[in-house]
Amino acid sequence: MKSRSLITAGIVAASLAGVSGAALAQAKEQFIPVLSYRTGAYAPNGVPWANGYVDYFKYVNAKGGLNGVKILFEECETGYQTDKGVECYERLKGKHGGASLFEPLSTGITFALTDKAFNDKIPIMTTGYGRADSADGGVFKWNFPLLGTYWTAADTLVQYIGQKEGGLAKLKGKKITLAYADHPYGKEPIPYLTEASKMHGFELQLLPITMPGIEQKSVWLQIRQSRPDYVFLWGWGVMNSTALKEAVATGFPREKMYGVWWASAEPDVKDVGEAAKGYNGLTLQHGAEPNAKIIKDVLATVHDKGQGTGPRAEVGSVLYVRGMISAMLATEGIKRAQERFGKGKVVTSEQVRWGLENLALDQKKLDALGFAGVMRPVSTSCADHRGDSWSRIHTWDGSKWNFTSDWLQPDEAVIKPMVKASADRYAAEKKLQRRTPADCQS
Amino acid sequence: MLYRENGQFKGSYRADQQIFPILQDRWMIALLLVVAIAVVPLVASEYMLRAIVVPFLILSLAAIGLNILVGYCGQISLGAGAFMAIGAYAAYNFHIRVDGMPLIASLLLGGFCATAVGILFGIPSLRIRGLYLAVATLAAQFFTDWAFLRIKWFTNNSASGSVSLPDLYVFGLPISTPAQKYLFCLAFAAVFALLAKNLVRAHIGRQWMAMRDMDVAAAVIGIRPVYAKLSAFAVSSFIIGVAGALWGFVYLGSWEPSAFSIDRSFQLLFMIIIGGLGSIMGSFFGAAFIVVLPIALDSLLPDLGGLFGVAVSTATVSHVVLMIYGALIVFFLIVEPHGLARLWSIGKEKLRLWPFPH
Repeated sequence: MKSRSLITAGIVAASLAGVSGAALAQAKEQFIPVLSYRTGAYAPNGVPWANGYVDYFKYVNAKGGLNGVKILFEECETGYQTDKGVECYERLKGKHGGASLFEPLSTGITFALTDKAFNDKIPIMTTGYGRADSADGGVFKWNFPLLGTYWTAADTLVQYIGQKEGGLAKLKGKKITLAYADHPYGKEPIPYLTEASKMHGFELQLLPITMPGIEQKSVWLQIRQSRPDYVFLWGWGVMNSTALKEAVATGFPREKMYGVWWASAEPDVKDVGEAAKGYNGLTLQHGAEPNAKIIKDVLATVHDKGQGTGPRAEVGSVLYVRGMISAMLATEGIKRAQERFGKGKVVTSEQVRWGLENLALDQKKLDALGFAGVMRPVSTSCADHRGDSWSRIHTWDGSKWNFTSDWLQPDEAVIKPMVKASADRYAAEKKLQRRTPADCQS
Repeated sequence: MLYRENGQFKGSYRADQQIFPILQDRWMIALLLVVAIAVVPLVASEYMLRAIVVPFLILSLAAIGLNILVGYCGQISLGAGAFMAIGAYAAYNFHIRVDGMPLIASLLLGGFCATAVGILFGIPSLRIRGLYLAVATLAAQFFTDWAFLRIKWFTNNSASGSVSLPDLYVFGLPISTPAQKYLFCLAFAAVFALLAKNLVRAHIGRQWMAMRDMDVAAAVIGIRPVYAKLSAFAVSSFIIGVAGALWGFVYLGSWEPSAFSIDRSFQLLFMIIIGGLGSIMGSFFGAAFIVVLPIALDSLLPDLGGLFGVAVSTATVSHVVLMIYGALIVFFLIVEPHGLARLWSIGKEKLRLWPFPH
């Protein structure tokens, strides 16, 4: 009997706490939900991203908020699982006066939330991931695959190795293998690469790796057999380091391996260390940026005050910076919305959408924010929800990442028609109408 | 005192064979239905309906389906997730490829496709049993995982392998608000629970149970093993298939094969083991335990921590949730190996004697 009454007391107390917590929430706060994963197979990559994301909000709050409006954030653990992510979305979307936007950090969850966003009118930001066709703002009113998509990534890589070979025409007859996570994330680049292989005449070999990718011996045996000229790695989490270890075991040169930006951060290569030397990664604008002004500012304002979310050593690492850039794009979207709908006011998710759609981050603004050298200017529009996609190649030297290429950009002439065709297909499937120019003003 | 059937006399076989022979039970169920239909949609918040009640109802339905096979017919199956996937993808293809296909027809056709595949994978059960059969049904799981990942036709040539649906309508009414989704799922869960209950009470259910308890003896008294086992596979996969279709259509809206991975099969198996093997009621209890408990713990723990002035990080919460959850599973299995349904019936027995136990 005693244990039962204890449990009852616990439940009552907990529900009371919930009620008082809700009552204390203040009106002048902009709520940004954080879907993160700090547990499970993808935690090594999910944690630094989440720390960067959250630290940036702490930094903004310490600097006085967004024109006086403090950011309120709440984390929810998705474990990179779609159903858990949907539950988190439902839990957080109505809290604290409504969520400003969501950053699901999983292509699978993005697919599930894209349909919901149309009804709930909450922007879905996918910084460097998500569905490639959602760059078409004419159909995907609520999606923002900012900075780049997997199609632009694949195209940039193809352009880059074409350049290395001495012109795209030289790709004819070459063999490129895509080793990808068998998940919506890993499959995204396939339509583009299939198209490109027809265009440039290279042979494309597709090798899926079952998530989480701890077991991939058979894939590497196939690679050893077919001896491709290049391997593109589209992995996430432990899959990447396993792939590199297998490449070492099968003797595939790491110099011929190119990872997408989610496959080229410190957790992917650290365990392999010296053996991963020569492995190349495409960056999403930034790489590891320990010397950037913003990193020093965050260290001074957040970590030195004992407010840092994670270990101090990881501040400035690739995924940490990516989390921070994602957070910065979110807050800049909100600030942009404030410019139109009232400075120092809490803006609604629909107003935030307008802000994200009209982002105009020029060099001056980036310098002021402390992001000089970390990223290049980005601007979005009603038709283009992705903005400019800039990348570089960085190469692992056994202990750190070094940039080994100049700034690269994808060939829009190829990407644009593909995005439009795919978006039109989606619209037809969903029986949606393209947005009118008048709708762009709203 | 209150819960006692003294004075309730049965005047006919019909009255004696009702699902709920006791008047109080009938009232309770009627009341429960009224609350579920009329009160819950008004009272429950959107989050409650969308993220807790709808998945609970759909997974209960799947658990009922699995319970028929495992609990009633004794054929251990690890392929529940596969049959859910077949139901979902088949329903999707019917819905998207056939113009003007009504939603309910798509869902039921999805169920029928799952039935066909279920019977196919049930054939080995005629020769092998127990754990060996479990491994054979695992083949269904791997086969569907492979098929829906690799065969482009099933996903309507979607680039990423993720499929999504247009808005849903039933008889011209939209299924879009949480309350509509809830009522739609409730209708399916209630109707299928009633059908399943009647099946397991009828001669066919008795055949299943005879097969479960001792198949040689059952064959001796004239029950055809082929018919009994395959009919259990058929009915079970049909219900699981419909549940899978609902999971995709109503709960997720867009999904990839990992929504129906081996984890889902295990989850369903745990539901019926914890809820009670061979009990329709138990399927609901098991689903409630597996679906609601982690979410409840997940949202209560930070508040509980706040009460003692401890900020609990989300990572800690999800670790602690797993620990508590695992401990509770072990606890319940030790206290009552026959599941929550057995606890429920013990409770009812005690209530009958209350307040004057012997």
